[in-house]
Amino acid sequence: MNFDFSDDQKLLRDQARKFLFDKCDRKSVRTILDDDQLHYHKELWSQISEMGWTGTAIPEEYGGLGLGMLELCVIAEELGRSLAPTPFSSSIYLFAEFIKNYGSEDQKKKFLPLIASGEKIGTFALSETNGTPKPSNVKTEYSSEKIDGYKSPVSDGETADYLIIAANSDNKGNRNSLSLYIVDLHQDGVSKTSLETIDPTRPACSIKFENVKAELLGEQGMAWDMTENIFNRAAVLYSFEQVGGAQVSLDEAKKYSMERFAFGRQIGSFQALKHKMADMYVKIELARSNAYYGAWALSTDSNELPVAAAGARVSASDAFNYAAKENIQIHGGVGFTWDYDCHLFYRRSKLLSLNIGSTRQWKENLISNLEKRNIV
Amino acid sequence: MDFNDSQQEAAFRKEARDFLEANAEKRSIISDKPNDKSPQIAVAGAPETVKGGKEAAQEALERAKVWQKKKAEAGFAAILWPKEFGGYGGSPIQQVIYSQEEHDYLVPSGYFEIGIGMLGPTMMVWGKDEDKKRYLPKMITGEEIWCQLFSEPSAGSDLAGIKMKAEKDGDEWVLNGQKVWTSGAHFADYGMIVARSDPSALKHKGLTYFYLDMKTPGIEVRPIKQISGTSNFNEVFFNDVRIPDSQRLGGEGEGWKVALTTLMNERLAVGDPPGLDFDQIFEATKELEVEDGLAIKNSEVRQKMADWYVQSRGLQYTKFRSITALSKGQTPGPELSISKLVTASKMQDVSAYALELMDSSGMVHHDQNPVLKNLFQNGYFFSAAMRIAGGTDEVLRNIIAERVLGLPQDERADKKVPFNELPSGKN
Repeated sequence: MNFDFSDDQKLLRDQARKFLFDKCDRKSVRTILDDDQLHYHKELWSQISEMGWTGTAIPEEYGGLGLGMLELCVIAEELGRSLAPTPFSSSIYLFAEFIKNYGSEDQKKKFLPLIASGEKIGTFALSETNGTPKPSNVKTEYSSEKIDGYKSPVSDGETADYLIIAANSDNKGNRNSLSLYIVDLHQDGVSKTSLETIDPTRPACSIKFENVKAELLGEQGMAWDMTENIFNRAAVLYSFEQVGGAQVSLDEAKKYSMERFAFGRQIGSFQALKHKMADMYVKIELARSNAYYGAWALSTDSNELPVAAAGARVSASDAFNYAAKENIQIHGGVGFTWDYDCHLFYRRSKLLSLNIGSTRQWKENLISNLEKRNIV
Repeated sequence: MDFNDSQQEAAFRKEARDFLEANAEKRSIISDKPNDKSPQIAVAGAPETVKGGKEAAQEALERAKVWQKKKAEAGFAAILWPKEFGGYGGSPIQQVIYSQEEHDYLVPSGYFEIGIGMLGPTMMVWGKDEDKKRYLPKMITGEEIWCQLFSEPSAGSDLAGIKMKAEKDGDEWVLNGQKVWTSGAHFADYGMIVARSDPSALKHKGLTYFYLDMKTPGIEVRPIKQISGTSNFNEVFFNDVRIPDSQRLGGEGEGWKVALTTLMNERLAVGDPPGLDFDQIFEATKELEVEDGLAIKNSEVRQKMADWYVQSRGLQYTKFRSITALSKGQTPGPELSISKLVTASKMQDVSAYALELMDSSGMVHHDQNPVLKNLFQNGYFFSAAMRIAGGTDEVLRNIIAERVLGLPQDERADKKVPFNELPSGKN
């Protein structure tokens, strides 16, 4: 049994951690948090693109490094730890994966090199209304090579150059009437409205489409199936980000509890706090192990992926949400000030557990995939 | 990443599987055997006596001994022990592989683990050569069963607080006092015991460690009837019990150090209790009906099940991470310290929720008319004990906080005070 990352992958992790520690400190995260006009950390983005992170899992023939999904998992964990304010997840976990898995040869040649180099940014849009997206909620329409409709919220929509969008290719309003299209966002008829989010370092916007040119991605009528598959792939990567964020939340809670004294002793010596931190550790280890399993399924194209991805996602969301909120609690009063960093993790944890479907939704996915598999 | 065995591992797994296939019966998710006590197999102790009184218990013990002998002859009873004592001389990864395979079979367990897992290794470190030769081989074959006499009425989580008196009289020691929660004392042939030889020393300094014959005059074993209605644990009373100094393990006053050897092996001995987990409740929800149809179709049920699934598989994959380290010949990290903490509470939650799904029939706990083989009724009681035995949830959280996370120890009132001057409440 070899249920671990390789030495090379661990080396990549150490390098990424060191790099982000230097270049993506909390001060730089806060420049994005504090400035409404800044949607991502441009300098950091160009640096990580230069190092090839954006092309990690994109084949060399399309301008990437041609490494595998495990390497991407390693990088995801580090991005999660550092709270990197970049559109990495939208552009790489979603847009690039859609093109890589479903694009025509021409589309791969056209888009992947631009995404791998970081020169262009892509994202994905499904949701139009509040609540769980479902086929009947998609009103955006495609006809005569043009898109009309509305999407909100679109993660990283403000910065994105390209968008993959789910739209109706006929009027039936069911699962099989939806197709995916690629849209160049730099054209007339696209109007964006910025939206504030619970984590301003991960911005979103709403986008209106009026008679906007679009090209089909993958097979017509297969939007839902393709989206489910790409969301499963992305869920594993998100879960690594979440595990990274959860671990730092625990580390910072621990550090504070050993520096802060009350009643003449370190507050970290009180069992009430120790037990909280032990519970954080338990959830994080479970999440890490579930994420590893997801990574294995993702990297081997296993038919376990739907179950493994949902398990990773549910476990990681639970761990990060818990660690982030209890980190505030352990900090006491300063924990809910703007100056202390606890809220950065609290914001990020909730945002990450919502942006490709809520935990509720993923729990449902998990059980329905277990039923489909019919063996546990 | 892969889950494949190395060539040697695969060969060993085949050896284990062949032995089990030839000698044991496969376990089903929810057993068809009305008397299958699998969820009640204790996590750190012997099995609860089978309902049906002494005769049934004796029968079960004999069955276990027969099985153990077979297992020992095949070499699987003590994989980690050196060959000179009848062990397999194997590696931790081989122990893991055998346990994985055995987990799928209905075999007796809970009688020999404390001896082979904890007490034998203690004797290997601290015992004299003639003791090792005399006792260790019979521990493996199951001919002699051992129990661990540690906890006392006033010393549970705070184990070093034991009061059992050990007074030296020439070449002998005289033991007086009481032990409690002693798994299997009622069928054990031998025991290992920690006692206080110097009450005026500091708490951890005044202890001495012995082994003894459970038939030594002055020892009285009284079973404790548990929440499940059965008895596995005992109170053991010592009334002027005389044992020779040659049965001392370690030096006078070194008892705590010896006890730590025993306790350090506890984690390895404490296996994976088969029984109640996600798979069982998943099966049950396909049978049980709630207000809007089958339980498995109810969205609240599904949400809860997802939580248990990720706990269950999260633990399994955590074990895979440790096994990977073992397989590479490395020491696993501390990640497995979460295991019992998660398992026990999960079992309690799963049981209680399954009873809810049964609605009023969840009240029934009847041997002849069991609901889903009484699995969840038994689990409801067993899990309450499991959260305490082998380290309470609270002690385990302290261990994680202090030893894994490196958080400061709690302030302690007992560090610099002689034991006999410590406040001790009613006891």
